[in-house]
Amino acid sequence: MGKISKSPWLLHYDASSCNGCDIEVLDCLTPKYDIERFGIINTGDPFQADILLITGGVNSQTEAVVRQLYGQMPEPKVVVAVGICACTGGVFKECYNIKGGVDTVIPVDVYVPGCAARPESIIDGVIRALAILDQKREQLKKKKAPGRA
Amino acid sequence: MAKRSIVPFGPQHPVLPEPVHLDLVLEDETVVGAIPSIGFIHRGLEKLVEKKDFKQYVYIAERVCGICSCGHGMGYCESVERVMGIEIPRRAEYLRTIWVEMSRVHSHLLWLGLLADAMGFESLFMECWRLREKILDMFDRTTGGRIIFSVNCVGGVLKDMDGAMLRAIRETVDQMEQELEPIMTTFIKDYSVQLRLRGLGILSREQAILQGAVGPMLRGSGVEYDTRMLGYAAYGDLDMEPIVGTDGDAYARCEVRAREIVQSFNLIREAIDKIPQGPISVPVKGNPQGEYFMRIEQPRGEAIYYTKGNGTKFLDRFRLRTPTTSNIPPMVEMLKGCQLGDVPLLILTIDPCISCTER
Amino acid sequence: MQVKEDINEIRPIEKDEFLSEIICLKMDAWRLVQICAVRIEDGFELSYTFCKEYRMVTLRLITKEQEEVSSITQIYPCAFMQENEMKELFGVPVRELAPDYHEKLYRIDRETPFKEKG
Repeated sequence: MGKISKSPWLLHYDASSCNGCDIEVLDCLTPKYDIERFGIINTGDPFQADILLITGGVNSQTEAVVRQLYGQMPEPKVVVAVGICACTGGVFKECYNIKGGVDTVIPVDVYVPGCAARPESIIDGVIRALAILDQKREQLKKKKAPGRA
Repeated sequence: MAKRSIVPFGPQHPVLPEPVHLDLVLEDETVVGAIPSIGFIHRGLEKLVEKKDFKQYVYIAERVCGICSCGHGMGYCESVERVMGIEIPRRAEYLRTIWVEMSRVHSHLLWLGLLADAMGFESLFMECWRLREKILDMFDRTTGGRIIFSVNCVGGVLKDMDGAMLRAIRETVDQMEQELEPIMTTFIKDYSVQLRLRGLGILSREQAILQGAVGPMLRGSGVEYDTRMLGYAAYGDLDMEPIVGTDGDAYARCEVRAREIVQSFNLIREAIDKIPQGPISVPVKGNPQGEYFMRIEQPRGEAIYYTKGNGTKFLDRFRLRTPTTSNIPPMVEMLKGCQLGDVPLLILTIDPCISCTER
Repeated sequence: MQVKEDINEIRPIEKDEFLSEIICLKMDAWRLVQICAVRIEDGFELSYTFCKEYRMVTLRLITKEQEEVSSITQIYPCAFMQENEMKELFGVPVRELAPDYHEKLYRIDRETPFKEKG
């Protein structure tokens, strides 16, 4: 494991979710699930974050915010879409103000389905994202120093 | 002379998991005005009644909000049942009551935890959320879902609880009540908590009525109003009195919510003792025709479910006025005159649920 | 427990006595509960619900499609959220709304989605 994946910082944003997945994400931080044992800290600052956790489908209001948050995060970064609405739009797909899943706006690395996604699956999704984060970091290293790696 | 400035607050803000934006007008450090702007999670769920028939729509109503999901499903079903004149079995009404009261406990514990977090009392936040897990485990055992567990349907409920399950709920409630006691004492009697909450964001009784506050906001300001007194579902058989605060400040609202948890425990126990045997749903024939305004007490306050049917399986209109919609104007009123540093805490005291508000 | 009565009283009201009726309710310390618009054939059906203790009364106003409706925010300032919503989603022309968000409360792409079916 690389340095980042031992202590990744996580940023959570609610794109247009019903709150169900959000409280499950918060639940991961509390004593029963305790995501901090993986060295993960929830941060409010995109400039320091490595993992972006998005709940809910995207609408034209949150689209710009999601793009901005993603743009502000330093490379390497991974995106986890939590809940079926973030994956495809889910039950809200037919609504007039929903564009669809998060992947219509930014690239998504891990999809966590469920309505609401259970804390166990959210943790699993984040752990999978860590492996991808490591891969991305290696690629970034190669790109920076093509001769040595 | 004091300098005026405008400070934007939100939409992505660490104290609130949900996006809400406020433009705060400041004179030095004091807030003199606030303009709320919402719309980040507007989905247009009310419009979906044209695409989903009135039986399918229960699932949409339950996904208006993840915290009061069971209550929204029940409110929608009750309003449709009243339009259609369906009388559901007593057992179904009791089951609904038990689930909704459990939701209230979970919602209030969640809020108390967030309040502790906003005060910087981290260990209390963890304590509240640890206790809340027990309720979620009971949801998991009884329905299979932790947060959104579709148990309501038009004409009754979808799942039954057997005797062992009801006894398990009773035991959990008894155990939780014991564990809640130290938490309650901290919120109600602790010196530093009182110092932080007393006298903050006072909303007078007159202002609360004029601004249309609902739920713990209204009761915290001394108005005795709890729609559970109307006796929908099984509340008519159960013993309860609205819990009312006196001072109308942040502390009063905290106290009302904390004491409502104990009230919900008592209601759950009483409902388990009195629950009758029998079927859990009745078959539904025909389509809704007519209109009804249904009032339900959600954890955050009174919610209005308006249903208008036109005789087809698609409703003409479904309107949901959620508690937070009504609580935003009093919140704006309450923010005037407070310090900038208190704004996050005061916003939290209305227990905002933005996804309800915008639907 | 003493169960309070729950009656859905819907009182149809004419436009010229609408504001004076609402002022009367305010003087009597009624609380504004909700405002709801329903699209009907050639206009809108507006419902203004008020509560006092456990009594609930709904005032029902029928308007034509382009007909302006007076805002009640001068009387009940807390109505601004729901009146703005009505204006933006249904396109009900509301006059003297304060504060008026000018169709920017939800900032959606589609104009007045609730005005037409489908």
